[in-house]
Amino acid sequence: MLFSKKNKEVFVNPLSANNPVTVQVLGICSALAVTAQLKPAIVMGLSVTAILAVANVVMSLLRKTVPNRIRIIVQLVVVAALVTIVSNVLKAYVYDVSVQLSVYVGLIITNCILMGRLEAFALQNKPWDSFLDGVGNGLGYAIVLVIIAFFRELLGSGCLFGFQVIPECVYECGYVNNGLMLLAPMALILVACIIWFQRARNKDLQEK
Amino acid sequence: MNTNSNSYTVIYASVMVVIVAFLLAFVASSLKEQQDKNVELDKMKQILSALNIHDVEDPEATFNAYVEEDQILNLNCTVKSHKGGFKVSAKSADELPLYVCNVNGETKYVIPVSGAGLWGPIWGYVGLNADKNTVYGVYFSHEGETPGLGAEIATEKFQSRFPGKHVLENGDVSLGVEKNGKVSKPEYQVDGISGGTITSKGVDAMLKGCLSRYKGFLNN
Repeated sequence: MLFSKKNKEVFVNPLSANNPVTVQVLGICSALAVTAQLKPAIVMGLSVTAILAVANVVMSLLRKTVPNRIRIIVQLVVVAALVTIVSNVLKAYVYDVSVQLSVYVGLIITNCILMGRLEAFALQNKPWDSFLDGVGNGLGYAIVLVIIAFFRELLGSGCLFGFQVIPECVYECGYVNNGLMLLAPMALILVACIIWFQRARNKDLQEK
Repeated sequence: MNTNSNSYTVIYASVMVVIVAFLLAFVASSLKEQQDKNVELDKMKQILSALNIHDVEDPEATFNAYVEEDQILNLNCTVKSHKGGFKVSAKSADELPLYVCNVNGETKYVIPVSGAGLWGPIWGYVGLNADKNTVYGVYFSHEGETPGLGAEIATEKFQSRFPGKHVLENGDVSLGVEKNGKVSKPEYQVDGISGGTITSKGVDAMLKGCLSRYKGFLNN
């Protein structure tokens, strides 16, 4: 069965109840770095999803052969190789996007979500399950990034996707963009707000 | 098989490294040509932006149509070569690239500039009128300045403050960026970006530093 009940859970859980950013609190660093605008946040979310899915499958295929003592190194090599390939392909075929993402593509290597999922899931599960887990966690990460980027770009520069959405007349009445929104600390505060909101609604996540 | 033995671990690591090395070398070398081409096309687009030509479909053809010579100047600003300046980096220590362009029958010069912002390098191109003193257009870009603050130097809004400004004041480069509201010489200075002070200062230093190297040419 491609979509058994367990597989469905593997895919859906990371989207909310076990979200990598807001519940597992992984990948916070890149959530700060790329969320000042929506476009890089979306490209980053999709890149992480693609790389995480492929890395999960590769590690899952290798799981019975990997020597236990160097498994973290093997995971790093797999992720680093994939990221280098993706970054090269972006540079060759969508140069504009790669310029915009600049160093952030390389930063995917250091994203804790990748190591976390490889170590916690792919090394114990079959390739198909691992693939679903990778896509689910990648999308869970992407959703949070997009939510943060939406508020940061809207309140910080009055734009969405680079287009002005707050009309000029509002500025004339004395409204100013909130510069703090564009700095990293505000991303943390927004992450905290999302966590607060999520815990308030989902009783299972609340500590006793 | 015992996957925890020393020899297995060593062999596994070696084989993995060799495979990955070949894979990456293959990808890098097969995409290299395309990537270099992209970098060149991007550079052409940037130079055209300094001539106020934006959104070109075919950068190479447009570039060849507008740019007549990509000269190389010696440090004393005598012409070393009339061709090949495109390959010279703006950071080159002993050669100065200079683009001589023709826009609608008027001669324009484009000078590349490079410097440092807050987080990383910034660079750009300054287009000058035939009098070698009045700014025709500018282009700035950056590697990783703060979006919404320092990164604003790459926007039309900031760059449109430059055209019409003068470069030289009594033979020295005076074109620059001054803190918002502190502009004392409006014919040479533009307003900086609030919240992007260090990047604005970087642009100021970049313009003064790089254009000064061309003084022999500009004063001529």
